[in-house]
Amino acid sequence: MKLSRKFLSDYIDLDVDTKQLAEDMTSIGNEYDSCSKLIPATNLVIGEVLECIPHPDSDHLHVCKVNVGKETLQIVCGAPNVRKGLKVIVALVGAELPDGTIKKGMIRGQESNGMLCAMSELGLEHKFLKEEDFTGIHELSQDAPIGEDPISYLKLDDEVIDFELTSNRGDLLSILGMAYEIGALYNKKVKEIDLSFQENQEDINTQFSLEIQTENCPLFLAKKVKNVVIKESPDFIKNRLIASGIRPINNVVDISNYVMLETGQPLHYYDSNRLGNQIIVRMAKDHEKLTTLDGQERLLSDQDIVIATEKEAVGLAGVMGGLTTEIEEDTKDIIIEAAIFHPTLIRKTSKKILRSEASTRFEKGLDPKRTYMAIERSCHLLEKYADATIVGGMVEYNQIDTSEKEIKITLEKINQVLGITLDKETVIDIFKRLGFSVIEKEQIIVTVPTRRTDISIAEDLIEEVGRIYGIDHIEGKQMILPVVPGKVNKNNRQIRNKLAMLGLNETLSYALIPETEVKKYTTDQFEMIKVLDPMSEDRNTLRHSLLPSLISIYEYNKARGNKDICIYEIGKSFGKVDDCYQEANHLAILMTGTYTLGLHPKKVDFYIIKGILEELLDYLGYQNRYSLQVQDLPSELHPGQSASIILNDTKIGILGKIHPSVMKDDAYVLEMDLEKLFSFRTKAMQYKEISKFPGIIKDVAFVVDQKTPASELIKWIKKEGGKLLKNISIFDVYEGDKIEKNERSIAFSLVFEDATRTLNEEEVMEIFNRIIATVENKLNARIRDK
Amino acid sequence: MKEQMKKIQEELDQDIINTKSLKEVADLKVKYFGKKGLVTELTSNMKELSIEERKEVGKLSNEIRTYVTEKLSTIEKELELEELNKKLEKDTIDISLPSDKIKKGSRHPFNRIIEDVEDFFVSMGYDVVDGPEVETDENCFQRLNVPLGHPARDAQDTFYIDSDYLLRTQTSSVQARTMQKNQEKTPIRMICPGKVYRRDDDATHSHQFGQVEGLVIDKNVSLADLKGTLELFAKKMLGENTKVRFRPSFFPFTEPSVEVDVSCFKCGGKGCSLCKQTGWIEVLGAGMVHPNVLRMGGYDPEVWTGFAFGTGLDRFAMFRYAIPDIRYLYTNDIRFLEQFDRKDEENEIK
Repeated sequence: MKLSRKFLSDYIDLDVDTKQLAEDMTSIGNEYDSCSKLIPATNLVIGEVLECIPHPDSDHLHVCKVNVGKETLQIVCGAPNVRKGLKVIVALVGAELPDGTIKKGMIRGQESNGMLCAMSELGLEHKFLKEEDFTGIHELSQDAPIGEDPISYLKLDDEVIDFELTSNRGDLLSILGMAYEIGALYNKKVKEIDLSFQENQEDINTQFSLEIQTENCPLFLAKKVKNVVIKESPDFIKNRLIASGIRPINNVVDISNYVMLETGQPLHYYDSNRLGNQIIVRMAKDHEKLTTLDGQERLLSDQDIVIATEKEAVGLAGVMGGLTTEIEEDTKDIIIEAAIFHPTLIRKTSKKILRSEASTRFEKGLDPKRTYMAIERSCHLLEKYADATIVGGMVEYNQIDTSEKEIKITLEKINQVLGITLDKETVIDIFKRLGFSVIEKEQIIVTVPTRRTDISIAEDLIEEVGRIYGIDHIEGKQMILPVVPGKVNKNNRQIRNKLAMLGLNETLSYALIPETEVKKYTTDQFEMIKVLDPMSEDRNTLRHSLLPSLISIYEYNKARGNKDICIYEIGKSFGKVDDCYQEANHLAILMTGTYTLGLHPKKVDFYIIKGILEELLDYLGYQNRYSLQVQDLPSELHPGQSASIILNDTKIGILGKIHPSVMKDDAYVLEMDLEKLFSFRTKAMQYKEISKFPGIIKDVAFVVDQKTPASELIKWIKKEGGKLLKNISIFDVYEGDKIEKNERSIAFSLVFEDATRTLNEEEVMEIFNRIIATVENKLNARIRDK
Repeated sequence: MKEQMKKIQEELDQDIINTKSLKEVADLKVKYFGKKGLVTELTSNMKELSIEERKEVGKLSNEIRTYVTEKLSTIEKELELEELNKKLEKDTIDISLPSDKIKKGSRHPFNRIIEDVEDFFVSMGYDVVDGPEVETDENCFQRLNVPLGHPARDAQDTFYIDSDYLLRTQTSSVQARTMQKNQEKTPIRMICPGKVYRRDDDATHSHQFGQVEGLVIDKNVSLADLKGTLELFAKKMLGENTKVRFRPSFFPFTEPSVEVDVSCFKCGGKGCSLCKQTGWIEVLGAGMVHPNVLRMGGYDPEVWTGFAFGTGLDRFAMFRYAIPDIRYLYTNDIRFLEQFDRKDEENEIK
């Protein structure tokens, strides 16, 4: 909302500067975006061209002598319309114009001390300018006083605050509403609006019929005026419109906009002769067409309200009038419409079709009293500035409750909610400043004028008190509440800390990804969750696996020459299962290039990411409870270098190499469902007795079929090793010339220990031999070098 | 005998001058104390001597033994030290050569901020609550006093999934959930940090961003309590000297509602480009929980009052780490990520 200071001053006397007003309004909740002069140019004076001779070295420039009051300046001017005797706007040396500062200079050898200005050079928005404002300098009328400020002379010396209002304050989309608000702020009275006019002897009700066919129009008023004279508006109307951001057109159209700005009630003026003698308000038919004022054909639906005649729709209610009944140069008689339409429907229609000054106001809800006021004000101004004859009577349909709301509140409640101690007089004074009437009984009974559509409950009044008292004057208090420790789940934090220590970098990516990526890297059964109205096809579906995101991060980095990408992310995985939207935190890891931890940089391989998995799960307390199994793997993974992660017989994730047909580069990934993982509880960390007795170490290398997994050997070794076998480690894996082609040798180091006694060689050998026999037997193995 | 001793002494002195290595010292030990060594020889004929003579020879030979031992030990120590020094010299390395690198990992600034916010509020007795990102229209809007068709929905352009479900546009949805979930209708103190989504993407907005919501419900909670709480929070996040300013505002789910500005941490309130010369930066929306919201959550507004606040997490991350563009948080350039590889300072913004 652009607030013109001059416009505002019609209704309230101001004694603060405009910047201060903007700041003070902000402090009561009405934020402003900018505060500036309507014409920002400085150092301008009215001058008269005393002499104008062609420039000796140019075919279009003129050298002028210009009387600016105190002195006569030589100024070189290139405008085609410059001539002797013209009253002009002179930018003196030092003037700040939007395109730069005016300097003294030489133009093709001739001294020039300033510039003669076109209107387009002063900083007014282009939409307010006419063609001649661009082609030539502005010609002031001959009575313009030399040496004076041309902006004041043109009555464009206005200042404008552009407010960014909150959505509940529709009442402030009017000069009157602003005046009441500022009146409350500075404790000043708002001036009366002039609604006087004369009516003729006719009665519109005998000439005109109104039919409201929809409940979405609770208030509709129509008034007729005759014999208007269409002409240019007086300067004050034009200038106030310009300052408010609306382009002047002619006196009649300008008055409709002017009254809307004053009262907040949008109006529509129909050419009465083009409209006929009837108005129907109804919902549009599906696929009904209407050409609006701007010449565009609009396709409507049954959610749009239209103003119509029996024949056709003539206006899109609350948004824009139709072309066929537009006010034109030859318009004589006018039907003035002022109505209230269902705000939500107007919002929907305007969102779909066009946002206008009118729709913005209808959407926020209107004060029915202003609807009547707007009709009267229109008549007043049309009579005065368009020579209109006002036809008696008014067509009226009113289903709206126009009574004022009464709200009860106590002083205690106000003070309790705000956390302050105001006395009753202060509170009542604040209500009165706001224009509310107050009756004091046990409670304070406040009657709120209809213009404040935002106020309906006691809490709203508390806010008003807070606002006007100064909400920032409330001192912060330290709450005294029972000491209850707060609860927080730190599982994800532990994972992040561990993985950061292991040299991985945390990413943050978008949950919305392309639909085509969602089913990848998973064997889960789920329906994809798509958004109905995506911003782009790249972001139209919620991800299930986080890996597509990590892979695109890898590609982004690779394209920039970044190497050794080792990244992880914790985020939600989404999917629809059994008609329920489900989401669970997932951890995903991607590793490529070389990985350095300790002395030896190593090319990332399966065993590194497996190591990361084990490090993490052990750290989280799941030692010895998980295993890897080659089953149920997504097709995007290398079938020979990937596995499912199994914890307590439940699959909690996958890890492995990305399938070479999916990605050429060697990349290893891991993904785990953290909700599943953490659903398994872990035991508290507890001290275990350290054996005082030395252990016995036995090494053995088995030669087995290449395809026999090490986990099989470990399983049998553990089984036979029993309680005394404290540790198993693999220290060598060999394939090569010294054994058969399809064989593999795996060397184990076994530690036997008993915390209560020293073991003797014989008993250890007995177990050791048993292990060897079992492994040989079960896995068709033999001991190497035997 | 004495002559012999003198001769040994002289010979020893000469030998020691010529000794240059520990090997030579070992040879000298043999030369003097070996089976046929010069000192050993002195007492080789003891058996043939009288008791008197034995005493005399014994005493003298002990003297010479001590003398030789000390001399040899001294030269041995000298030579040992010399050799150690040579070894140290030889072992000296260029400490300026690079170390064996241990790969550095990092935690994302966004999550660092969440952890700090959580720690602060947990220390004040708040629970950290999680809520779904696919949320019902009811929890995200209706139970927050934003019925269908309410204009406040316009400001939060929503990704709908179907007619009832959407991607939450605000963590405020967790307010509604927490109130309903608390069957006993006991006091509530909670925060909910998390991701939210809006159909909006430009230099200062990302369609996905972070928010943290706070909610306190108790008896006699006031706007002054809210201000006190947010003052502490602002000081924790932005530095001890941070001031907090309230401006009236409008949110459908609070009444009264306030916008909360903090004094600019960059210029200290004098005015700079960050605060657009105002000295203040808008960081939070807050207010007293609207009676309709309390009622829908099962709390009688005649008995209970509460405050709620919400703030963007991305901006705090941008402030703290001087990140100029919100999109950097989501681009995941490894050169960006790797920068967040160390511990945070308390009140890092200076």
